[in-house]
Amino acid sequence: MSNGTAIGGAGSLPQRNALSRLWNNKEARSVIVQIIALILIIGLFASMVTNAIANLEAIGKGFSFKFLGQPANYDINQRLIEYNSQSSHFRAMQVGILNTLLVAISGVILATILGFILGVLRLSKNWLTNKIALVYIEYIRNVPVLLHILLVHGLMVHSLPKPKSAIPVGDGSFLTNRGFFMPKPLPEDLMWVVIGLFFAGLVFAFFFRRWAKKVQDATGKIYPVFWISLAAIVVVPVLAYFALGQPVNWDTPELKGFNFKGGMVIRPEFIALWLALSFYTAAFIGEIVRAGILAVSHGQTEASMALGVSRGRTLKLVVIPQALRVIVPPLSSQYLNITKNSSLALAIGYMDITATIGGISLNQTGREMECMIIVMGLYLIASLMISMFMNWYNKRIKLVER
Amino acid sequence: MPEQQYEPGTHPDLPPPFAASGPVKWVRENLFSSPTNIALTVLAMFFLYKIIPGMFAWTFTDATFVAADRNECRALNSGACWAFIAQRWELFTYGFYPETERWRVIITFVLFVATVILLLWEKCPGRQYRFIVGALFPMVALWLIVGGSSTEAALMAYAAALVVAYFVYQRFGHNLSARFWFSLLAFVLVAIGVYTLWTAMGWSMLEHVSTDKFGGFMLTLIIGVTGITLSLPLGILLALGRQSNLPIIKYACIGFIEFIRGVPLITLLFVASTMLSYFLPPGTNFDLLLRVLIMVTLFASAYMAEVIRGGLQAVPKGQTEAADAMGLKYGPAMRLIVLPQALKISIPGIVNTFIGLYKDSVLVIVIGLLDPLGIGQASLADTKWQGLSTEVYLFVAIFFFVSCYAMASYSRHLEDKLHTGHKR
Repeated sequence: MSNGTAIGGAGSLPQRNALSRLWNNKEARSVIVQIIALILIIGLFASMVTNAIANLEAIGKGFSFKFLGQPANYDINQRLIEYNSQSSHFRAMQVGILNTLLVAISGVILATILGFILGVLRLSKNWLTNKIALVYIEYIRNVPVLLHILLVHGLMVHSLPKPKSAIPVGDGSFLTNRGFFMPKPLPEDLMWVVIGLFFAGLVFAFFFRRWAKKVQDATGKIYPVFWISLAAIVVVPVLAYFALGQPVNWDTPELKGFNFKGGMVIRPEFIALWLALSFYTAAFIGEIVRAGILAVSHGQTEASMALGVSRGRTLKLVVIPQALRVIVPPLSSQYLNITKNSSLALAIGYMDITATIGGISLNQTGREMECMIIVMGLYLIASLMISMFMNWYNKRIKLVER
Repeated sequence: MPEQQYEPGTHPDLPPPFAASGPVKWVRENLFSSPTNIALTVLAMFFLYKIIPGMFAWTFTDATFVAADRNECRALNSGACWAFIAQRWELFTYGFYPETERWRVIITFVLFVATVILLLWEKCPGRQYRFIVGALFPMVALWLIVGGSSTEAALMAYAAALVVAYFVYQRFGHNLSARFWFSLLAFVLVAIGVYTLWTAMGWSMLEHVSTDKFGGFMLTLIIGVTGITLSLPLGILLALGRQSNLPIIKYACIGFIEFIRGVPLITLLFVASTMLSYFLPPGTNFDLLLRVLIMVTLFASAYMAEVIRGGLQAVPKGQTEAADAMGLKYGPAMRLIVLPQALKISIPGIVNTFIGLYKDSVLVIVIGLLDPLGIGQASLADTKWQGLSTEVYLFVAIFFFVSCYAMASYSRHLEDKLHTGHKR
């Protein structure tokens, strides 16, 4: 206490100077602090932008996205759309986006399946399977994902045989160190009927499920929805496929010289990235699933059994819906992680966004600023979209409270 | 057989039946309790039988530990070729740190282990000095590892200024605020004086080692430890900022956190390595390792902030209100009431973020820093040792597994120690 009189609390306030009065007023202080913060933030951004402009001008680069229209002059071996070295950087970016989406979506699917299996194994009463799952999860979680990717890639490239001594898988597919070669389907016109039937089956299953639920609500009659849907989606198209005389030609890969020609090939880079990302994320999802199922109190199961509900329906109608509420939020952040971790593709040469526009295009054009803005913007959009979808889903399954 | 007669209630306790006790009971309950369980056990046994012997043979019995190159390895045995690792052990540990100066790294590592033990082990003797040691270690480590005149000048200036300022604070001035200003003045003057003197005289105790020589496990530890120690306080500040009721601060924090969490670390490292100099005043440039450290810390702090926010939200509002009612200001209320509870709740998440940061440090290979993985990849390019990727990656994986598993175990121990509720 500097002036010795400031003991009396409120009574001593008028004796202080205006500045300290302002500072001791809660509302005034919050305004001051915010104004200072705003000035600092704006100042920081302004200095960054002016510095960037000055620096870019000094080396004569400028800032424009015109380079996107120029030919890219490099090849991309794994692509989902038409692309050659004369295509533009913009086209290369599209190839990269599709490759990222491909590995992210297939990774999400495989990781979810594996993760749920792991979670259930971790809950199993069988000591041996429980411990195997535990060892797997601990090993995977404590080692960087980049190492997993490189390890799987290294194993594929160095341990799988050369095309000459390829491992045949099934009929007409081959596993080699240059990738997984498999027959490419060339559909005839009648095949579209089969594909149409498949989609018709999907639509039918959707509406049938709705109708069956309505009937059950009204009358209590339960239809075997799962089996009827399965028949509509799978059995009918398969029967049609054979009835129409298998209207698909297969372009099988054949060994010519040192490599396979024809058919389809999944490159080792994709397989390595896909498997490693899925195995890695599955370990995390496994723990999430385990925690989610454990979070449903045992009384719920007991109550359901006491009502005479069968074990399967107890799981389906009582345990899983409640567990999902716990599982979904952390699960969505794992899906985000897969998408972001897919950028590690760079390390093994899978051409995703980071490797195309943020890698080779960046190096060839020297436009770091523009390329990195595009790459970061794309990842931000993907992240926001996944979190929006997951928030929507989370809201849909949320417990309706008062 | 003559059967002995017992009065009712006097029969001695019999041992439980053979099948209901000991290992037999355990096996029956845990491995063979039902048909599905039996099937699972058999399947798991088969799986282990298929995997374990092969892996064991590859790693140990069929492995080569001494050889000159890959071909010799393959000629000697069919399994792993650890000779490669053995030959490059030093590279994997120190990177290109000058051979004559490596004792400095070893001393720093020993000091690091000692500090960690002092900080984390509750029964360690001399624990009352843990704050002093914890504050001194970073400076000593910086001095030992980087060395050189300008580093030493800065550290010396800081240390001398601190001591002088302390004495000034003790002796001079009649009231608190005068003491504070006097000691601040003394601090600044002494710091500038010592720094100029030291650099002008060119004094140097340890040779300067430039940071691009750093590599191997040493680099991983530097990035990991720096990131971990700095990201926690920064994360706490960001989390408090996000919870703040001052809208500008709140939205600034939200914007920062969501941006960092929305992009992969690789892209941020790219920015640090190629673009950061654009955003600085023309002509300025600073050390790549320092830029990487800043980026990694910022990245981890955004995740840390979200973890801590979860903890803050879990602290009942009544706690803050009670602190208000006691007349505590925002700072003490947070420091003494809210944060201890919030941090305790978020320990698992915090340690997970630490582990994530530590693991993410391998990503620095994409911008050309030589962490163990980078050393491994560079070594694999050597034609003498081509194709040994599995050995290299497994070796690095074991290093990460051991350190991350240790962190996770300590976190579990800490959770148990701080658990004050009733265990069910």
